[in-house]
Amino acid sequence: MSDYNFAYLDEQTKRMIRRAILKGLAVPGYQVPFASREMPMPYGWGTGGVQVSAAALTLDDTLKVIDQGADDTTNAVSIRQFFEKTAGVATTEETKKASVIQTRHRIPEAELTEEQILVYQVPIPEPLRFLEPRETETRKMHALQEYGLMHVKLYEDISQHGAIATAYAYPVKVEGRYVMDPSPIPKFDNPKMEMAAIQLFGAGREQRIYAVPPYTRVVSLDFEDYPFEATKAEHPCDLCGAEDSYLDEVILDDAGCRMFVCSDTDYCRTRREAGHLGRMGEQAA
Amino acid sequence: MTRDDGKPAVPLLQVKNVAKHYGARVGCTDVSFDLYPGEVMGIVGESGSGKSTLLNSLAGHQPPDRGEVIFDTRADGPVDTVTMSEPERRMLSRTDWAFVHQHARDGLRMSVSAGGNIGERLMAVGNRHYGSIRERAVDWLGRVEISENRIDDRPLAFSGGMQQRLQIARNLVTGPRLVFMDEPTGGLDVSVQARLLDLLRGLVREMGLSAIIVTHDLAVVRLLADRLMVMKDGRVVETGLTDQVLDDPQHSYTQLLVSSVLQV
Repeated sequence: MSDYNFAYLDEQTKRMIRRAILKGLAVPGYQVPFASREMPMPYGWGTGGVQVSAAALTLDDTLKVIDQGADDTTNAVSIRQFFEKTAGVATTEETKKASVIQTRHRIPEAELTEEQILVYQVPIPEPLRFLEPRETETRKMHALQEYGLMHVKLYEDISQHGAIATAYAYPVKVEGRYVMDPSPIPKFDNPKMEMAAIQLFGAGREQRIYAVPPYTRVVSLDFEDYPFEATKAEHPCDLCGAEDSYLDEVILDDAGCRMFVCSDTDYCRTRREAGHLGRMGEQAA
Repeated sequence: MTRDDGKPAVPLLQVKNVAKHYGARVGCTDVSFDLYPGEVMGIVGESGSGKSTLLNSLAGHQPPDRGEVIFDTRADGPVDTVTMSEPERRMLSRTDWAFVHQHARDGLRMSVSAGGNIGERLMAVGNRHYGSIRERAVDWLGRVEISENRIDDRPLAFSGGMQQRLQIARNLVTGPRLVFMDEPTGGLDVSVQARLLDLLRGLVREMGLSAIIVTHDLAVVRLLADRLMVMKDGRVVETGLTDQVLDDPQHSYTQLLVSSVLQV
């Protein structure tokens, strides 16, 4: 522990990142450039999220890390251990007890409060990137609010699939101004982005930080005749019976057997402990 | 010129002393002309004579060093587009203006379907109804003689002539009043050229478009242009009605240009 400064990064770096975060909060949805550092993990494993978390953590914080909703996957476990080692902060798997939650590809099912900060890992922060490869041009489009192109993508979806087939990283407009990539969360989570907690987004390789302050208007883009729909698998959870949570599909054998389970492991466990039982669930010990 | 109600007509576009230099070299200089609603102006000249430089300066793709380009906007009347703010100019270039590139690839999104290409300008000005965008796209495909069942194909799967027609549809869908065309028939074989010219002539007359067409093909201007401007070394050497300039060229360069055309 004594070999590292608190939370790995040096204090000047954390100040720099905090300035970017504050600017991001002041201009919701705007991508603030920051001098992203080399982190002891490869790009694509959450280097942006880790730097934002490091800048946000204090000694009194309790950290929770999830990857696709789960606390026990590689990415989540290693980042949690990283901060246990370098910051010595308390960690938890319970959403309610955490004050800082770093996430990859999900928003927890339990409603977040004003006391909490949600940190997203972002691979590609620019929602217009796949339509317009030039950075100079996308910046100009943001500056001038020229977002027609975003709808061209949705148009293509409908013309090819008969419905808006974009299922994750579904573009949103923040507070009526900036179009933002909500990171690759399922579009099921989009409506939850109007929340009480602070949402921070870090993209390490792309060197961008952006933010959504509490209670900010976040609207998913759509067409009048093809409105936005938050979709999930049409099943209850096979372990806890929840019908309102986002589900993972698990293939059980090669005879076509499968089960659907909550992607949020904490939510699922809490429900089972409270006595809820799904089709294939066993009573929690 | 007078309008139907007897008042003097306002030029749609007034170009005053436009100049563009590349360092010490002259791109184009001292260009002035008026373009009235419904009029088609042809600009001819050999390669390197400053035609495309002029067109790009007029269309706002590169700022001219000197001069004014005054456009008669729908909302505020005549406004200098060189000094207007960039958002306004970009808005203009996707509503009242259109630009047809020589290479369709420069003007199309090659990875987006034909329907998406046509719909882009509609969505850019705020149309958010899929059904109506689709309807307009189908209508415009018909107008440029592309079969409706190609609407979900990408332009990559189209022939050169079809790509060019698609580019035209994509540009005209918002009902622009002024179209800039840079060698619209370049690189197409002659029979395809003829059909494209026919189509363009029909659209220009039917929609009452004003257009500025840059080309080195005298046949194109003979068919499409009301007036002609001949450029050499960045300067305008002769202007006049198309037939007048082509049938009775005064300047030595124009005479050379006209006599260079092979008579079949």
